[in-house]
Amino acid sequence: MTRASSGAGAIARSLAQRVSTAIGARWKRSLLRHGQTAIVPRENVAGRAMVLVIAIMTFLSCLTLGAVTLVRDTASTWQTQIAREATIQIKPAEGLDMGGALATARRIAASYHGVRDASIVSDTATARLLEPWLGPGLDINELPVPRLIIVTIDPADKPDFAAMRAELRQAVPNAILDDHRTWVDRLVAMSRTTVTIGMGVLALMLSATALTVIFATRGAMAGNGHVIEVLHFVGAEAIFIARQFRRHFLLAGARGAVAGGLVAVIVFVIVSWWSSRNIATPEGDQAAALFGTFSIGLSGYLGVALIVLLIAVLTAATSHVTVMAYLRRIEP
Amino acid sequence: MNDASHPVLPTTYLHDALTINYEWWDTAPFPPAVPVPRQCRSVHVIRFENVGLRYGMGPEVLRDVSFHLPDKSFQFLSGPSGTGKTTLLRLLFMSLRPTRGLITIFGKDRSRITREELPHLRRRIGVVFQDFRLLDHLTTYENVALPLRVRGKEESSYRADVVELLRWVGLGDRMHVLPPVLSGGEKQRAAIARALVEQPRILLADEPTGNVDPQLARRLLHLMIELNRMGTAVLIATHDIGLMDQVDARRMVLSGGRLEIYD
Repeated sequence: MTRASSGAGAIARSLAQRVSTAIGARWKRSLLRHGQTAIVPRENVAGRAMVLVIAIMTFLSCLTLGAVTLVRDTASTWQTQIAREATIQIKPAEGLDMGGALATARRIAASYHGVRDASIVSDTATARLLEPWLGPGLDINELPVPRLIIVTIDPADKPDFAAMRAELRQAVPNAILDDHRTWVDRLVAMSRTTVTIGMGVLALMLSATALTVIFATRGAMAGNGHVIEVLHFVGAEAIFIARQFRRHFLLAGARGAVAGGLVAVIVFVIVSWWSSRNIATPEGDQAAALFGTFSIGLSGYLGVALIVLLIAVLTAATSHVTVMAYLRRIEP
Repeated sequence: MNDASHPVLPTTYLHDALTINYEWWDTAPFPPAVPVPRQCRSVHVIRFENVGLRYGMGPEVLRDVSFHLPDKSFQFLSGPSGTGKTTLLRLLFMSLRPTRGLITIFGKDRSRITREELPHLRRRIGVVFQDFRLLDHLTTYENVALPLRVRGKEESSYRADVVELLRWVGLGDRMHVLPPVLSGGEKQRAAIARALVEQPRILLADEPTGNVDPQLARRLLHLMIELNRMGTAVLIATHDIGLMDQVDARRMVLSGGRLEIYD
Protein backbone atom coordinates (compact mmCIF):
# COMPACT_ATOMS: atom_id res chain seq x y z
CA MET A 1 0.00 0.00 0.00
CA THR A 2 2.80 2.34 1.02
CA ARG A 3 4.83 1.40 -2.03
CA ALA A 4 1.82 1.89 -4.27
CA SER A 5 1.10 5.29 -2.78
CA SER A 6 4.77 6.30 -3.04
CA GLY A 7 4.78 5.22 -6.74
CA ALA A 8 1.65 7.27 -7.41
CA GLY A 9 3.25 10.20 -5.62
CA ALA A 10 6.35 9.94 -7.79
CA ILE A 11 4.26 9.85 -10.95
CA ALA A 12 2.25 12.85 -9.75
CA ARG A 13 5.44 14.74 -8.89
CA SER A 14 6.96 13.89 -12.27
CA LEU A 15 3.77 14.96 -14.02
CA ALA A 16 3.63 18.19 -12.04
CA GLN A 17 7.28 18.87 -12.86
CA ARG A 18 6.66 18.27 -16.57
CA VAL A 19 3.59 20.50 -16.57
CA SER A 20 5.50 23.17 -14.66
CA THR A 21 8.42 22.95 -17.13
CA ALA A 22 6.04 23.12 -20.09
CA ILE A 23 4.20 26.11 -18.61
CA GLY A 24 7.53 27.74 -17.76
CA ALA A 25 8.82 27.29 -21.32
CA ARG A 26 5.55 28.57 -22.73
CA TRP A 27 5.63 31.54 -20.39
CA LYS A 28 9.24 32.25 -21.31
CA ARG A 29 8.41 32.06 -25.03
CA SER A 30 5.46 34.34 -24.47
CA LEU A 31 7.64 36.82 -22.56
CA LEU A 32 10.25 36.78 -25.31
CA ARG A 33 7.60 37.35 -27.92
CA HIS A 34 6.07 40.13 -25.90
CA GLY A 35 9.47 41.72 -25.42
CA GLN A 36 9.53 42.55 -29.12
CA THR A 37 7.75 45.48 -30.68
CA ALA A 38 4.49 44.55 -32.37
CA ILE A 39 4.87 44.22 -36.13
CA VAL A 40 1.75 46.33 -36.75
CA PRO A 41 2.53 49.84 -35.47
CA ARG A 42 0.61 51.30 -32.58
CA GLU A 43 -2.36 53.46 -33.42
CA ASN A 44 -1.81 56.62 -35.40
CA VAL A 45 -4.40 59.40 -35.67
CA ALA A 46 -6.58 57.33 -38.03
CA GLY A 47 -6.35 54.35 -35.68
CA ARG A 48 -7.40 56.39 -32.67
CA ALA A 49 -10.23 57.94 -34.69
CA MET A 50 -11.34 54.42 -35.63
CA VAL A 51 -11.47 53.33 -31.97
CA LEU A 52 -13.46 56.47 -31.12
CA VAL A 53 -15.88 55.96 -34.03
CA ILE A 54 -16.37 52.32 -33.02
CA ALA A 55 -17.04 53.34 -29.42
CA ILE A 56 -19.62 55.94 -30.46
CA MET A 57 -21.38 53.65 -32.95
CA THR A 58 -21.44 50.78 -30.44
CA PHE A 59 -22.91 53.11 -27.83
CA LEU A 60 -25.65 54.25 -30.22
CA SER A 61 -26.37 50.68 -31.37
CA CYS A 62 -26.62 49.47 -27.77
CA LEU A 63 -28.92 52.38 -26.89
CA THR A 64 -31.15 51.50 -29.86
CA LEU A 65 -31.14 47.85 -28.84
CA GLY A 66 -31.99 48.84 -25.26
CA ALA A 67 -34.82 51.09 -26.44
CA VAL A 68 -36.26 48.34 -28.64
CA THR A 69 -35.99 45.81 -25.78
CA LEU A 70 -37.72 48.29 -23.45
CA VAL A 71 -40.56 48.98 -25.89
CA ARG A 72 -41.03 45.29 -26.59
CA ASP A 73 -41.10 44.37 -22.90
CA THR A 74 -43.36 47.29 -21.97
CA ALA A 75 -45.84 46.54 -24.77
CA SER A 76 -45.87 42.92 -23.72
CA THR A 77 -46.46 43.90 -20.06
CA TRP A 78 -49.33 46.24 -20.98
CA GLN A 79 -50.89 43.54 -23.07
CA THR A 80 -50.57 40.92 -20.34
CA GLN A 81 -51.86 43.24 -17.64
CA ILE A 82 -54.94 44.23 -19.61
CA ALA A 83 -55.62 40.71 -20.81
CA ARG A 84 -55.39 39.48 -17.22
CA GLU A 85 -58.59 41.26 -16.20
CA ALA A 86 -62.18 41.57 -17.36
CA THR A 87 -64.89 43.83 -15.93
CA ILE A 88 -68.56 43.22 -15.30
CA GLN A 89 -70.50 46.44 -15.15
CA ILE A 90 -74.02 46.47 -13.74
CA LYS A 91 -76.11 49.48 -14.58
CA PRO A 92 -78.61 50.66 -11.97
CA ALA A 93 -82.29 50.41 -12.89
CA GLU A 94 -85.64 50.88 -11.23
CA GLY A 95 -86.36 48.03 -8.85
CA LEU A 96 -83.00 46.35 -9.33
CA ASP A 97 -81.51 44.82 -6.22
CA MET A 98 -77.95 45.95 -6.85
CA GLY A 99 -76.48 43.87 -4.03
CA GLY A 100 -78.19 40.70 -5.26
CA ALA A 101 -77.28 41.41 -8.89
CA LEU A 102 -73.64 41.95 -7.94
CA ALA A 103 -73.57 38.71 -5.95
CA THR A 104 -75.22 36.73 -8.79
CA ALA A 105 -72.92 38.15 -11.43
CA ARG A 106 -69.89 37.49 -9.22
CA ARG A 107 -71.01 33.89 -8.61
CA ILE A 108 -71.58 33.27 -12.34
CA ALA A 109 -68.18 34.72 -13.27
CA ALA A 110 -66.35 32.82 -10.55
CA SER A 111 -67.91 29.53 -11.71
CA TYR A 112 -66.09 29.63 -15.04
CA HIS A 113 -62.89 27.72 -15.68
CA GLY A 114 -59.99 30.12 -16.20
CA VAL A 115 -61.28 32.71 -13.73
CA ARG A 116 -58.93 33.07 -10.80
CA ASP A 117 -60.96 35.56 -8.82
CA ALA A 118 -64.01 37.78 -9.09
CA SER A 119 -64.31 40.65 -6.65
CA ILE A 120 -66.93 43.33 -6.31
CA VAL A 121 -65.59 46.89 -6.23
CA SER A 122 -66.82 48.06 -2.83
CA ASP A 123 -68.90 51.20 -2.18
CA THR A 124 -65.88 52.94 -0.72
CA ALA A 125 -63.64 52.06 -3.67
CA THR A 126 -66.33 53.14 -6.15
CA ALA A 127 -66.72 56.44 -4.28
CA ARG A 128 -62.96 56.92 -4.41
CA LEU A 129 -62.99 56.27 -8.15
CA LEU A 130 -65.61 58.97 -8.64
CA GLU A 131 -64.07 61.41 -6.21
CA PRO A 132 -62.14 63.41 -8.82
CA TRP A 133 -65.38 64.23 -10.62
CA LEU A 134 -68.01 64.32 -7.86
CA GLY A 135 -65.94 65.51 -4.91
CA PRO A 136 -65.34 63.96 -1.47
CA GLY A 137 -68.03 62.73 0.94
CA LEU A 138 -70.12 61.14 -1.77
CA ASP A 139 -72.84 58.64 -0.79
CA ILE A 140 -73.12 56.47 -3.87
CA ASN A 141 -76.43 55.00 -2.72
CA GLU A 142 -78.01 58.39 -3.47
CA LEU A 143 -76.89 58.30 -7.11
CA PRO A 144 -77.58 55.78 -9.88
CA VAL A 145 -73.96 54.78 -10.20
CA PRO A 146 -73.00 51.65 -12.18
CA ARG A 147 -71.16 49.05 -10.10
CA LEU A 148 -68.19 46.97 -11.14
CA ILE A 149 -66.94 43.44 -10.61
CA ILE A 150 -63.25 42.86 -11.38
CA VAL A 151 -62.73 39.39 -12.83
CA THR A 152 -59.10 38.18 -12.67
CA ILE A 153 -58.28 35.80 -15.47
CA ASP A 154 -55.60 33.23 -16.03
CA PRO A 155 -53.92 34.68 -19.17
CA ALA A 156 -52.74 31.24 -20.18
CA ASP A 157 -56.16 29.63 -19.95
CA LYS A 158 -58.85 32.19 -20.67
CA PRO A 159 -62.52 31.51 -19.82
CA ASP A 160 -65.25 31.23 -22.44
CA PHE A 161 -66.32 34.90 -22.53
CA ALA A 162 -69.20 34.31 -24.97
CA ALA A 163 -70.86 31.74 -22.68
CA MET A 164 -70.24 33.91 -19.63
CA ARG A 165 -71.75 36.93 -21.41
CA ALA A 166 -74.85 34.94 -22.42
CA GLU A 167 -75.38 33.53 -18.92
CA LEU A 168 -74.93 36.95 -17.35
CA ARG A 169 -77.43 38.47 -19.79
CA GLN A 170 -80.00 35.88 -18.76
CA ALA A 171 -79.42 36.12 -15.02
CA VAL A 172 -78.70 39.85 -14.70
CA PRO A 173 -80.00 41.72 -17.79
CA ASN A 174 -78.28 44.96 -16.75
CA ALA A 175 -74.84 43.34 -16.62
CA ILE A 176 -72.31 44.09 -19.33
CA LEU A 177 -69.17 41.99 -19.61
CA ASP A 178 -66.14 43.85 -20.93
CA ASP A 179 -63.28 41.45 -21.66
CA HIS A 180 -61.02 44.37 -22.80
CA ARG A 181 -60.72 42.71 -26.21
CA THR A 182 -60.88 46.01 -28.02
CA TRP A 183 -58.05 47.40 -25.90
CA VAL A 184 -56.02 44.23 -26.12
CA ASP A 185 -56.40 44.14 -29.92
CA ARG A 186 -55.36 47.76 -30.19
CA LEU A 187 -52.42 47.25 -27.88
CA VAL A 188 -51.30 44.14 -29.71
CA ALA A 189 -51.42 46.04 -33.01
CA MET A 190 -49.62 49.02 -31.46
CA SER A 191 -46.94 46.96 -29.76
CA ARG A 192 -46.31 44.94 -32.91
CA THR A 193 -45.99 48.12 -34.96
CA THR A 194 -43.73 49.71 -32.36
CA VAL A 195 -41.48 46.65 -32.09
CA THR A 196 -41.35 46.31 -35.90
CA ILE A 197 -40.37 49.97 -36.24
CA GLY A 198 -37.84 49.50 -33.44
CA MET A 199 -36.36 46.45 -35.13
CA GLY A 200 -36.16 48.40 -38.40
CA VAL A 201 -34.37 51.25 -36.63
CA LEU A 202 -32.04 48.74 -34.96
CA ALA A 203 -31.30 47.06 -38.30
CA LEU A 204 -30.53 50.46 -39.86
CA MET A 205 -28.39 51.39 -36.88
CA LEU A 206 -26.46 48.14 -37.04
CA SER A 207 -25.99 48.53 -40.81
CA ALA A 208 -24.75 52.09 -40.32
CA THR A 209 -22.44 50.86 -37.56
CA ALA A 210 -21.11 48.05 -39.76
CA LEU A 211 -20.45 50.44 -42.65
CA THR A 212 -18.86 53.04 -40.38
CA VAL A 213 -16.66 50.39 -38.76
CA ILE A 214 -15.63 49.08 -42.20
CA PHE A 215 -14.73 52.54 -43.49
CA ALA A 216 -12.98 53.56 -40.27
CA THR A 217 -10.97 50.32 -40.31
CA ARG A 218 -10.05 50.79 -43.96
CA GLY A 219 -9.01 54.36 -43.17
CA ALA A 220 -6.80 53.14 -40.33
CA MET A 221 -5.41 50.38 -42.57
CA ALA A 222 -4.53 52.85 -45.32
CA GLY A 223 -1.65 54.13 -43.20
CA ASN A 224 -0.24 50.62 -42.92
CA GLY A 225 0.27 49.91 -46.62
CA HIS A 226 4.05 50.21 -46.29
CA VAL A 227 4.06 47.67 -43.44
CA ILE A 228 2.16 45.14 -45.56
CA GLU A 229 4.57 45.75 -48.45
CA VAL A 230 7.69 45.33 -46.34
CA LEU A 231 6.36 42.15 -44.71
CA HIS A 232 5.45 40.83 -48.14
CA PHE A 233 8.89 41.58 -49.58
CA VAL A 234 10.79 40.02 -46.68
CA GLY A 235 9.01 36.76 -47.43
CA ALA A 236 6.05 36.79 -45.02
CA GLU A 237 3.20 34.57 -46.06
CA ALA A 238 -0.11 36.28 -46.75
CA ILE A 239 -1.76 34.41 -43.91
CA PHE A 240 0.93 35.63 -41.48
CA ILE A 241 0.47 39.26 -42.53
CA ALA A 242 -3.32 38.95 -42.33
CA ARG A 243 -3.06 37.36 -38.87
CA GLN A 244 -0.92 40.20 -37.53
CA PHE A 245 -3.39 42.82 -38.71
CA ARG A 246 -6.44 40.80 -37.69
CA ARG A 247 -5.14 40.45 -34.14
CA HIS A 248 -4.23 44.13 -33.93
CA PHE A 249 -7.58 45.33 -35.25
CA LEU A 250 -9.55 42.77 -33.22
CA LEU A 251 -8.02 44.24 -30.08
CA ALA A 252 -8.50 47.85 -31.26
CA GLY A 253 -12.10 47.14 -32.31
CA ALA A 254 -12.81 45.31 -29.06
CA ARG A 255 -11.38 48.25 -27.10
CA GLY A 256 -13.73 50.71 -28.82
CA ALA A 257 -16.73 48.36 -28.74
CA VAL A 258 -16.29 47.49 -25.06
CA ALA A 259 -15.97 51.18 -24.18
CA GLY A 260 -19.14 52.05 -26.13
CA GLY A 261 -21.06 49.06 -24.73
CA LEU A 262 -19.91 49.82 -21.20
CA VAL A 263 -21.09 53.43 -21.39
CA ALA A 264 -24.46 52.22 -22.74
CA VAL A 265 -24.80 49.74 -19.85
CA ILE A 266 -23.92 52.51 -17.37
CA VAL A 267 -26.65 54.68 -18.94
CA PHE A 268 -29.19 51.83 -18.60
CA VAL A 269 -28.20 51.20 -14.99
CA ILE A 270 -28.41 54.92 -14.09
CA VAL A 271 -31.83 55.35 -15.74
CA SER A 272 -33.09 52.15 -14.10
CA TRP A 273 -31.78 53.36 -10.72
CA TRP A 274 -33.39 56.79 -11.26
CA SER A 275 -36.74 55.25 -12.15
CA SER A 276 -36.66 52.95 -9.11
CA ARG A 277 -35.77 55.93 -6.87
CA ASN A 278 -38.70 57.96 -8.24
CA ILE A 279 -41.26 55.18 -8.22
CA ALA A 280 -43.57 56.95 -5.73
CA THR A 281 -43.38 60.40 -7.31
CA PRO A 282 -45.84 61.66 -9.98
CA GLU A 283 -43.14 61.91 -12.70
CA GLY A 284 -41.78 58.49 -11.74
CA ASP A 285 -45.22 56.95 -11.86
CA GLN A 286 -45.83 58.54 -15.24
CA ALA A 287 -42.57 57.14 -16.60
CA ALA A 288 -43.24 53.76 -15.01
CA ALA A 289 -46.72 53.67 -16.54
CA LEU A 290 -45.22 54.29 -19.96
CA PHE A 291 -41.96 52.35 -19.81
CA GLY A 292 -42.28 49.96 -16.90
CA THR A 293 -39.17 49.77 -14.72
CA PHE A 294 -36.73 51.05 -17.38
CA SER A 295 -34.82 47.81 -16.99
CA ILE A 296 -33.61 46.08 -20.17
CA GLY A 297 -33.24 42.73 -18.43
CA LEU A 298 -30.82 39.91 -19.11
CA SER A 299 -31.72 39.65 -22.81
CA GLY A 300 -30.87 43.35 -23.24
CA TYR A 301 -27.47 42.95 -21.58
CA LEU A 302 -26.79 39.82 -23.64
CA GLY A 303 -27.71 41.82 -26.76
CA VAL A 304 -25.20 44.53 -25.77
CA ALA A 305 -22.50 41.85 -25.32
CA LEU A 306 -23.39 40.39 -28.71
CA ILE A 307 -23.14 43.80 -30.42
CA VAL A 308 -19.73 44.39 -28.81
CA LEU A 309 -18.54 40.98 -30.01
CA LEU A 310 -19.94 41.46 -33.51
CA ILE A 311 -18.29 44.86 -33.92
CA ALA A 312 -14.91 43.57 -32.74
CA VAL A 313 -15.15 40.61 -35.13
CA LEU A 314 -16.30 42.90 -37.96
CA THR A 315 -13.25 45.13 -37.41
CA ALA A 316 -10.91 42.14 -37.51
CA ALA A 317 -12.64 40.70 -40.60
CA THR A 318 -12.43 44.06 -42.40
CA SER A 319 -8.71 44.32 -41.70
CA HIS A 320 -8.25 40.74 -42.96
CA VAL A 321 -10.12 41.43 -46.21
CA THR A 322 -8.24 44.72 -46.69
CA VAL A 323 -4.85 43.04 -46.21
CA MET A 324 -5.71 40.25 -48.64
CA ALA A 325 -6.99 42.77 -51.22
CA TYR A 326 -3.82 44.84 -50.79
CA LEU A 327 -1.63 41.78 -51.27
CA ARG A 328 -3.56 40.79 -54.38
CA ARG A 329 -2.98 44.29 -55.73
CA ILE A 330 0.78 44.30 -55.14
CA GLU A 331 1.19 40.71 -56.28
CA PRO A 332 -0.05 40.04 -59.78
CA MET B 1 14.39 23.36 -46.14
CA ASN B 2 14.41 22.93 -42.40
CA ASP B 3 16.17 25.08 -39.85
CA ALA B 4 18.84 22.51 -39.06
CA SER B 5 19.97 22.23 -42.67
CA HIS B 6 19.76 25.99 -43.27
CA PRO B 7 21.36 27.85 -40.37
CA VAL B 8 20.66 31.54 -40.24
CA LEU B 9 24.25 32.68 -40.46
CA PRO B 10 26.93 30.07 -39.90
CA THR B 11 29.99 31.25 -38.08
CA THR B 12 32.12 30.60 -41.15
CA TYR B 13 29.99 33.07 -43.07
CA LEU B 14 30.95 35.82 -40.71
CA HIS B 15 34.38 34.76 -39.58
CA ASP B 16 36.41 36.82 -42.04
CA ALA B 17 33.83 39.49 -42.38
CA LEU B 18 34.06 40.46 -38.73
CA THR B 19 37.56 41.73 -39.30
CA ILE B 20 36.36 44.36 -41.77
CA ASN B 21 37.96 47.74 -41.27
CA TYR B 22 35.67 50.37 -42.72
CA GLU B 23 38.23 53.18 -42.56
CA TRP B 24 40.66 51.04 -44.53
CA TRP B 25 38.00 50.64 -47.21
CA ASP B 26 37.99 54.40 -47.81
CA THR B 27 41.39 54.19 -49.50
CA ALA B 28 41.81 50.50 -50.32
CA PRO B 29 41.60 49.57 -53.99
CA PHE B 30 38.67 47.44 -55.03
CA PRO B 31 39.60 43.83 -55.50
CA PRO B 32 38.74 42.42 -58.90
CA ALA B 33 35.43 40.68 -59.12
CA VAL B 34 35.77 37.07 -58.19
CA PRO B 35 35.58 34.97 -61.31
CA VAL B 36 32.61 32.66 -61.26
CA PRO B 37 33.92 29.17 -60.51
CA ARG B 38 33.77 26.87 -63.51
CA GLN B 39 31.30 24.52 -61.82
CA CYS B 40 28.97 27.46 -61.08
CA ARG B 41 28.90 28.89 -64.58
CA SER B 42 26.23 26.48 -65.67
CA VAL B 43 24.25 26.90 -62.43
CA HIS B 44 21.82 29.73 -63.12
CA VAL B 45 20.09 31.31 -60.21
CA ILE B 46 17.84 33.27 -62.55
CA ARG B 47 17.34 33.01 -66.30
CA PHE B 48 15.42 35.32 -68.67
CA GLU B 49 14.52 34.31 -72.23
CA ASN B 50 12.95 36.83 -74.62
CA VAL B 51 11.14 38.52 -71.79
CA GLY B 52 8.86 41.44 -72.59
CA LEU B 53 6.78 43.59 -70.30
CA ARG B 54 4.20 46.28 -70.79
CA TYR B 55 2.01 48.04 -68.25
CA GLY B 56 -1.63 47.75 -69.30
CA MET B 57 -2.08 48.74 -72.93
CA GLY B 58 1.02 50.95 -72.97
CA PRO B 59 4.23 50.40 -74.97
CA GLU B 60 6.64 47.64 -74.01
CA VAL B 61 8.95 48.78 -71.22
CA LEU B 62 11.22 45.78 -71.66
CA ARG B 63 11.74 44.03 -75.01
CA ASP B 64 13.27 40.64 -75.72
CA VAL B 65 15.39 40.68 -72.59
CA SER B 66 17.53 37.55 -72.35
CA PHE B 67 20.25 36.89 -69.77
CA HIS B 68 21.19 34.61 -66.93
CA LEU B 69 22.60 35.23 -63.49
CA PRO B 70 25.09 32.48 -62.61
CA ASP B 71 25.53 31.35 -59.04
CA LYS B 72 28.09 33.43 -57.05
CA SER B 73 28.37 36.03 -59.84
CA PHE B 74 28.73 39.80 -59.51
CA GLN B 75 27.22 42.25 -61.98
CA PHE B 76 25.94 45.76 -62.43
CA LEU B 77 22.64 46.66 -64.04
CA SER B 78 22.85 50.14 -65.47
CA GLY B 79 21.21 52.50 -67.89
CA PRO B 80 19.76 55.99 -67.87
CA SER B 81 16.95 56.79 -65.46
CA GLY B 82 13.56 55.54 -66.61
CA THR B 83 14.88 52.76 -68.82
CA GLY B 84 13.35 50.02 -66.71
CA LYS B 85 16.02 49.06 -64.16
CA THR B 86 13.55 48.95 -61.29
CA THR B 87 11.04 47.11 -63.48
CA LEU B 88 13.65 44.48 -64.30
CA LEU B 89 14.47 44.17 -60.58
CA ARG B 90 10.76 43.70 -59.83
CA LEU B 91 10.65 40.91 -62.40
CA LEU B 92 13.70 39.34 -60.77
CA PHE B 93 12.03 39.63 -57.39
CA MET B 94 8.77 38.18 -58.71
CA SER B 95 6.65 41.18 -57.82
CA LEU B 96 5.73 41.51 -61.51
CA ARG B 97 4.80 38.96 -64.14
CA PRO B 98 6.21 39.30 -67.68
CA THR B 99 3.73 39.82 -70.50
CA ARG B 100 5.78 37.44 -72.64
CA GLY B 101 8.88 35.30 -72.51
CA LEU B 102 10.20 32.80 -70.00
CA ILE B 103 11.67 33.49 -66.58
CA THR B 104 13.26 30.66 -64.62
CA ILE B 105 14.05 31.29 -60.95
CA PHE B 106 15.98 28.64 -59.01
CA GLY B 107 15.07 26.23 -61.79
CA LYS B 108 11.33 26.96 -61.56
CA ASP B 109 9.24 28.45 -64.33
CA ARG B 110 7.89 31.79 -63.00
CA SER B 111 4.52 31.24 -64.66
CA ARG B 112 4.07 28.01 -62.69
CA ILE B 113 5.04 29.42 -59.31
CA THR B 114 1.98 29.62 -57.08
CA ARG B 115 1.18 32.34 -54.55
CA GLU B 116 1.93 29.90 -51.75
CA GLU B 117 5.41 29.15 -53.13
CA LEU B 118 6.38 32.81 -53.61
CA PRO B 119 7.28 33.66 -49.98
CA HIS B 120 9.54 30.61 -49.76
CA LEU B 121 11.38 31.54 -52.96
CA ARG B 122 11.61 35.20 -51.96
CA ARG B 123 13.48 34.21 -48.82
CA ARG B 124 16.29 33.05 -51.09
CA ILE B 125 16.48 36.49 -52.75
CA GLY B 126 17.69 39.44 -50.71
CA VAL B 127 16.50 42.85 -51.89
CA VAL B 128 17.84 46.26 -50.94
CA PHE B 129 15.36 48.94 -51.92
CA GLN B 130 16.38 52.39 -53.02
CA ASP B 131 14.19 53.90 -50.30
CA PHE B 132 15.37 51.31 -47.71
CA ARG B 133 11.80 50.33 -46.67
CA LEU B 134 12.64 50.03 -42.99
CA LEU B 135 9.72 50.05 -40.54
CA ASP B 136 10.03 53.20 -38.47
CA HIS B 137 8.39 51.72 -35.36
CA LEU B 138 10.88 48.83 -35.14
CA THR B 139 14.47 49.17 -33.93
CA THR B 140 17.39 48.51 -36.27
CA TYR B 141 17.76 45.07 -34.68
CA GLU B 142 14.06 44.27 -35.14
CA ASN B 143 14.10 45.49 -38.74
CA VAL B 144 17.07 43.29 -39.57
CA ALA B 145 15.53 40.30 -37.76
CA LEU B 146 12.15 40.79 -39.45
CA PRO B 147 12.62 38.12 -42.19
CA LEU B 148 13.34 35.54 -39.47
CA ARG B 149 10.52 36.72 -37.25
CA VAL B 150 7.93 36.41 -40.04
CA ARG B 151 9.03 32.81 -40.44
CA GLY B 152 7.86 32.23 -36.86
CA LYS B 153 11.34 31.64 -35.44
CA GLU B 154 11.95 32.12 -31.74
CA GLU B 155 13.94 35.26 -31.04
CA SER B 156 16.41 33.34 -28.87
CA SER B 157 17.35 31.18 -31.86
CA TYR B 158 18.55 34.06 -34.03
CA ARG B 159 19.46 36.85 -31.65
CA ALA B 160 23.22 36.17 -31.61
CA ASP B 161 23.39 35.86 -35.41
CA VAL B 162 21.52 39.11 -35.99
CA VAL B 163 23.77 40.94 -33.53
CA GLU B 164 26.83 39.55 -35.33
CA LEU B 165 25.44 40.67 -38.67
CA LEU B 166 24.71 44.15 -37.34
CA ARG B 167 28.28 44.39 -36.07
CA TRP B 168 29.52 43.27 -39.44
CA VAL B 169 27.71 46.06 -41.26
CA GLY B 170 28.96 48.53 -38.64
CA LEU B 171 25.69 49.00 -36.78
CA GLY B 172 26.68 47.17 -33.59
CA ASP B 173 26.14 50.27 -31.49
CA ARG B 174 22.97 51.37 -33.33
CA MET B 175 20.90 48.21 -33.01
CA HIS B 176 18.38 49.62 -30.51
CA VAL B 177 17.86 52.85 -32.43
CA LEU B 178 14.75 53.56 -34.50
CA PRO B 179 15.31 54.19 -38.25
CA PRO B 180 14.28 57.87 -38.19
CA VAL B 181 17.35 58.51 -36.02
CA LEU B 182 19.72 56.70 -38.41
CA SER B 183 21.70 58.50 -41.10
CA GLY B 184 21.18 57.65 -44.79
CA GLY B 185 24.23 55.38 -44.81
CA GLU B 186 23.18 53.60 -41.63
CA LYS B 187 19.71 53.01 -43.06
CA GLN B 188 21.26 51.61 -46.22
CA ARG B 189 23.46 49.25 -44.19
CA ALA B 190 20.47 48.17 -42.09
CA ALA B 191 18.57 47.45 -45.31
CA ILE B 192 21.52 45.42 -46.60
CA ALA B 193 21.73 43.50 -43.31
CA ARG B 194 18.02 42.72 -43.51
CA ALA B 195 18.47 41.44 -47.07
CA LEU B 196 21.34 39.20 -45.92
CA VAL B 197 19.95 37.85 -42.69
CA GLU B 198 18.50 34.78 -44.36
CA GLN B 199 21.75 34.20 -46.25
CA PRO B 200 20.16 34.54 -49.69
CA ARG B 201 21.63 33.00 -52.81
CA ILE B 202 21.30 36.28 -54.64
CA LEU B 203 21.26 39.90 -53.54
CA LEU B 204 19.46 42.52 -55.64
CA ALA B 205 20.28 46.11 -54.77
CA ASP B 206 18.40 49.01 -56.30
CA GLU B 207 20.63 52.12 -56.38
CA PRO B 208 22.29 51.23 -53.07
CA THR B 209 24.59 54.22 -53.35
CA GLY B 210 22.01 56.62 -54.70
CA ASN B 211 21.42 58.47 -51.43
CA VAL B 212 24.86 58.44 -49.91
CA ASP B 213 28.10 60.43 -50.24
CA PRO B 214 31.01 59.05 -52.35
CA GLN B 215 32.90 57.81 -49.29
CA LEU B 216 29.93 55.80 -48.06
CA ALA B 217 29.17 54.62 -51.61
CA ARG B 218 32.68 53.22 -51.71
CA ARG B 219 32.22 51.44 -48.38
CA LEU B 220 28.90 49.96 -49.50
CA LEU B 221 30.44 48.73 -52.74
CA HIS B 222 33.23 47.09 -50.73
CA LEU B 223 30.54 45.45 -48.60
CA MET B 224 28.81 44.04 -51.67
CA ILE B 225 32.09 42.70 -53.07
CA GLU B 226 32.85 41.04 -49.73
CA LEU B 227 29.43 39.44 -49.83
CA ASN B 228 30.07 38.14 -53.31
CA ARG B 229 33.43 36.75 -52.20
CA MET B 230 31.54 34.81 -49.55
CA GLY B 231 29.39 33.16 -52.19
CA THR B 232 26.32 35.33 -52.72
CA ALA B 233 25.44 36.33 -56.29
CA VAL B 234 25.08 40.12 -56.43
CA LEU B 235 23.25 42.38 -58.88
CA ILE B 236 23.55 46.12 -58.31
CA ALA B 237 21.24 48.41 -60.26
CA THR B 238 22.83 51.81 -60.62
CA HIS B 239 23.18 54.66 -63.07
CA ASP B 240 26.41 55.79 -61.41
CA ILE B 241 29.05 55.16 -64.10
CA GLY B 242 31.80 56.28 -61.71
CA LEU B 243 30.85 53.57 -59.25
CA MET B 244 30.88 50.88 -61.94
CA ASP B 245 34.25 52.04 -63.25
CA GLN B 246 35.81 51.21 -59.89
CA VAL B 247 35.13 47.50 -60.23
CA ASP B 248 35.91 45.20 -63.06
CA ALA B 249 32.65 43.30 -63.26
CA ARG B 250 30.01 42.18 -65.69
CA ARG B 251 27.74 45.00 -66.86
CA MET B 252 24.15 44.70 -68.04
CA VAL B 253 23.05 47.91 -69.74
CA LEU B 254 19.39 48.70 -70.35
CA SER B 255 18.61 51.10 -73.14
CA GLY B 256 15.28 51.66 -74.84
CA GLY B 257 13.86 48.58 -73.17
CA ARG B 258 16.60 46.33 -74.56
CA LEU B 259 19.45 44.78 -72.63
CA GLU B 260 23.10 44.69 -73.68
CA ILE B 261 25.56 42.60 -71.71
CA TYR B 262 29.29 43.37 -71.42
CA ASP B 263 31.12 40.50 -69.77
